[in-house]
Amino acid sequence: MTTPNAVAVSQPAARARTRSRGRGEPSLVRQILLQLLCLAIALTVLFPIAWVVSMSLDTTNTRPTGLNLMPAHPSLDAYRAVIAQPTENPVSFPQLALNSLFIAVFISVLSVAIGIMAAYAFSRMRFGGREFLMIAILAVLMLPPIATIAPLFVMLNKVVIGAFNLRNSLIGVSLAVLAGQLPFAVWNMKGYLDTIPKELEEAATVDGAGRVQAFIKIILPLSTPVIAVTGLFGFIAGWTEFYFSWTFLTNPDNFTLAMALNGMVGQYAGSTPWSSFAAFSILVALPVSVVYLLLQRYIVSGLTVGGVKG
Amino acid sequence: MNTRTAYLFLLPALLVMLVITFYPLVYQVWMSFTDYGLKNLKSTAPPPNYVGFDNYIRILNNDIVIPNFDFLRILTFNLFWAFTNVIIHVVLGVAIALLLNVKGLKFGRVYRAIFILPVVIPPIIVATVWRNMFDPQYGAINQLVNSTVGILFKLPPFTLDWLNQPNPIFSVYPLVLPLAYFALLAANVWLGWPLNSVVATGALQSIPGDLYEAAEMDGAGAWMKFRVVTLPHLRPAMLPYAIYGFVVTFNLFYLSYFMSGGGPFGQTELLVTTAFRLVNEQHLYGVAAAFAVFQFFILLVLTLITNKLGKATASYDA
Repeated sequence: MTTPNAVAVSQPAARARTRSRGRGEPSLVRQILLQLLCLAIALTVLFPIAWVVSMSLDTTNTRPTGLNLMPAHPSLDAYRAVIAQPTENPVSFPQLALNSLFIAVFISVLSVAIGIMAAYAFSRMRFGGREFLMIAILAVLMLPPIATIAPLFVMLNKVVIGAFNLRNSLIGVSLAVLAGQLPFAVWNMKGYLDTIPKELEEAATVDGAGRVQAFIKIILPLSTPVIAVTGLFGFIAGWTEFYFSWTFLTNPDNFTLAMALNGMVGQYAGSTPWSSFAAFSILVALPVSVVYLLLQRYIVSGLTVGGVKG
Repeated sequence: MNTRTAYLFLLPALLVMLVITFYPLVYQVWMSFTDYGLKNLKSTAPPPNYVGFDNYIRILNNDIVIPNFDFLRILTFNLFWAFTNVIIHVVLGVAIALLLNVKGLKFGRVYRAIFILPVVIPPIIVATVWRNMFDPQYGAINQLVNSTVGILFKLPPFTLDWLNQPNPIFSVYPLVLPLAYFALLAANVWLGWPLNSVVATGALQSIPGDLYEAAEMDGAGAWMKFRVVTLPHLRPAMLPYAIYGFVVTFNLFYLSYFMSGGGPFGQTELLVTTAFRLVNEQHLYGVAAAFAVFQFFILLVLTLITNKLGKATASYDA
């Protein structure tokens, strides 16, 4: 009964407080200076993006001959060309994207599904070996995934079934990436679960629901932000994976987006039209960037890996 | 009872990690004492020979086929790289968050929407795009110079090769900083400050306005308010991110690999790119394993130091 009343009272009070804070509206000169500063920062942020977008629309030259952020005759030819065949390998963009999508979904789904259960156990239960396991996960968390590339290559290479070599397959690459992503997923989601009040579950347990029920009915719905962010990070890790696929895969049918991208820069930049490179970069970045932007408000609350608590 | 439930929840993760994370790590330690190479890969091949600490000694003595390999120089550069990046990211991130937090700033939401963009672009794309931006002839950086300063002063075409300048800007062994380092730094600052700004903004908005009022009543100026009110509230939010950012930057593969390719003369090579080259280019699996063991201990020491640092400064406002 008192709650609506309290809100009604506190809102004008809060507004009055914000109004009286500081010196209020900045003066015109100050506002102009602030705007100039913000504009300058915005321009540096936007410059590389504008450059790539304009390059992808300008197919008149194979390489940009001047700084031209507004191409005179914009066309989507470069996009058409890279969708059909991005590199000299006879692989189309959809084929590459499908391979990358496989790795991305594999990692995203498995790291969240397996990780959230482990995170729940670490966050809510006290059991023998808890400290030891947490330290073990923390220890691998700080290791870059690349640090296990040698043993994973050798081990996965030993799994051969007929003509199928696990190392030389998308599943092999996915497993290698998952090895690095899972500790992150567990730790990140544990950090978030730690912030959910225990009382919510206790109430459910009193009502007769078991651990598993409480987990599914109460914890999972409340964990949406962290599940979204962890899943997204897993997806990005898989979608843009480079070093395992570049080292493990030899069959062009399995090649990924990042491998094709590598074939367009560095020593290969000379033989690639830069409009193709630009269009390809945008096609790779756009899907994850858009999803990331949509999940933006979750990012700070959903990224808890920095906080180390017992 | 509780323990059994806990392990049921843990079972899938433990099984997966046992097979693809922990076992490879143990296997790696064994590999590091062998001469595991291409010749041992075939299923019919003989097992590798035991070589004792040979791989470790060769790494420390820079006795590895990778050109310009120098363990101490790479480690020093790697530390310097991570440290300078994180300092700049945090300072810029906080400064810009403060700028956006000024009361009455027009178009604040528009700027916020623009400033988040580098965060959402995959690092591999950022790295390859910046590689092309620093191209001596066709890159956007040199063309920007040409179309502004160049036209104004009628200069000849500016074709500085940022990523391959052979003479280092700073060189006091073991720290060698070529021009490429500053190009990498520029790209990573572009990439890194926005997330710090997002975190700082979150922390700034959680500071109760009364605190500023109280400080004002006590006669505090802008700088005093920043030191007494803002900074202590930023610290607990920023510090974990700074530590996390340090580890991420320390292990940042893409910029070094795609922008400078570790060059010139391996001077911008990091531990992660070196580890990659040992496996991908040299096929020295045994040496790579020993190298990874070094990496593990270096990161362990770094984590312990940063944790200590975190705890020491966390007690500041307690």
